[in-house]
Amino acid sequence: MDAQANHRTFSRTFERWLPKIVVSPLFAASLVFVYGFIAWTVYISFTKSGVMPNYTFDGLAQYDRLWGTPRWYVALWNLFVFSTLFIAISTAIGILLAILLDQRVRAEGFIRTVYLYPMALSFIVTGTVWKWILNPGLGLERLMHMAGFTDFTFDWLVNSRMAIYTVVIAGVWQSSGYAMALFLAGLRSVDDEILKAASIDGAGPVRIYSSIVLPMMRPVFLSTIIILAHLAIKSFDLVIALTGGGPGYATDMPATFMYAFAFQRSELGVAAASAVMMLMTVTAIIVPYLYSELRRTGR
Amino acid sequence: MSGSGTDGIVRQGGWRHRVARVVLYAILGLFCLYYLVPLVIMVSTSFKSLEEIRTGSLISLPQEIRFDAWAKAWGSACVGVRCDGLRPYMWNSVAMVIPAVFISTLLGALNGYALTKWRFRGADVIFALMLFGAFIPFQVILLPMARALGMMGLAGTIPGLILVHTIYGLAFTTLFFRNFFISVSDSIVHAAMVDGAGFFSIFFRIVLPMAIPAMVVTVIWQFTQIWNDFLFGVAFTVGDSNPVTVALNNVVNTSTGVKEYNVDMAAAIIAALPTLAVYVIAGTYFVRGLAAGAVKG
Repeated sequence: MDAQANHRTFSRTFERWLPKIVVSPLFAASLVFVYGFIAWTVYISFTKSGVMPNYTFDGLAQYDRLWGTPRWYVALWNLFVFSTLFIAISTAIGILLAILLDQRVRAEGFIRTVYLYPMALSFIVTGTVWKWILNPGLGLERLMHMAGFTDFTFDWLVNSRMAIYTVVIAGVWQSSGYAMALFLAGLRSVDDEILKAASIDGAGPVRIYSSIVLPMMRPVFLSTIIILAHLAIKSFDLVIALTGGGPGYATDMPATFMYAFAFQRSELGVAAASAVMMLMTVTAIIVPYLYSELRRTGR
Repeated sequence: MSGSGTDGIVRQGGWRHRVARVVLYAILGLFCLYYLVPLVIMVSTSFKSLEEIRTGSLISLPQEIRFDAWAKAWGSACVGVRCDGLRPYMWNSVAMVIPAVFISTLLGALNGYALTKWRFRGADVIFALMLFGAFIPFQVILLPMARALGMMGLAGTIPGLILVHTIYGLAFTTLFFRNFFISVSDSIVHAAMVDGAGFFSIFFRIVLPMAIPAMVVTVIWQFTQIWNDFLFGVAFTVGDSNPVTVALNNVVNTSTGVKEYNVDMAAAIIAALPTLAVYVIAGTYFVRGLAAGAVKG
């Protein structure tokens, strides 16, 4: 009798602990592989590490070197140009298409599928295609020549001043459908009754959208912009596939900069410092957003 | 003010309405072209001969359908010094994506279930801390991960890549399942508990069968992410163990010999086919994943 009771209390205690036992290894993995690794990278950014990690503390020397590297400024400027245009154009196309698709359009499902399929592609595939379309010899330029515009030139891909805009073109092509999907979901959640009431009051479609629907969509705008910003900061594959960071390092971005310094030039300290700068930027954008989202939907 | 009936936003009837509809469809159609033309160019270029590419234009259709470029991209294009085409790398990607998707989805389901249905003190903090891992720029973990894989003897191997994708996919899979389980009523779990069912038997017999929609969304999301990944592939694998995205980039950016654009395009389509197929077959779930990936919490 006693043994059985003991057994029962044991198994009950065990059951109570089981959820924690299941979660803890996963949480531990996250602590080690996310937070532990971040700590390691942060520490390395304060050391003398060059080709090999060197754990001698060296203060801010690597950050001095990073901010003394012209290439880093090119990367930052490119990130600024790219993310501004990428976010602005994708958002504009996204909201336009979402509003148009929200007008009881025939074949809406098909059109949505067409708009969104680039999101299923790898950025490497997107980069490969656009590299071919924008090919200075045989691509768009040749097409325009054959159409009779013989002095049309389009060499952005190999023009170091314009190359960053080709990344924008390909990036917008891939991601604007995503923005459309987010906005469309937002539009669909607007209460029809409000629209009907406004319509009966004599408000035209333009007025209904500009003064009722769009203001109601402010949270959707915010999350779309944040998601696109997050994509922009992490953009690595697209640059590698489209321009390889070139010509020279004209289309370098922080992500490709970090990769080049870590794996090609073996300057671990500078690479770590640039990674920390990226992390700080992303954290500044994402943490407030996650915090508000979790609070809003949390209990 | 035209006096026509109001149904929704756009007024019905009248020439103005008809003109508006025509403009509407014209714009939507133009954007369809914008998204589709690159795909058409990709397919049509892959069927052309090099001669035709040199003499024709971007949008001219192939005079005859040739599969030479496809055969070469699949079986004999050079990736670095090895000239076996994309085929071995496709298998690398398959060998990587199946276990990585399976393990990360299962662990995410278990984790989401434990964090929502067996709420213990600190569960929300644990979730928030784990969630952050989904958003870090992975550059910040590349260097220590490369060293860790080296110490585990997994550097440059597919199992190493599976481990990386599983670990960093866990935040997303947990998020998806947590969001789903939060909407499932606790009373079902409580009733099962009263009946004496334990943690795992509730999970496998009751919760998991209910979570099949969430599972489909998660599997599709993870499959797309992991198949399309380039950063981890290029940083943690070498030569023979490259996934197909890395191999594709190597094919396209080989600087030796004549540039074979038709082979490049065929290779790009081959690398894109699995995720495109998933998108076409299960598009609605894909969209749901995108939406869930966007609106957190």
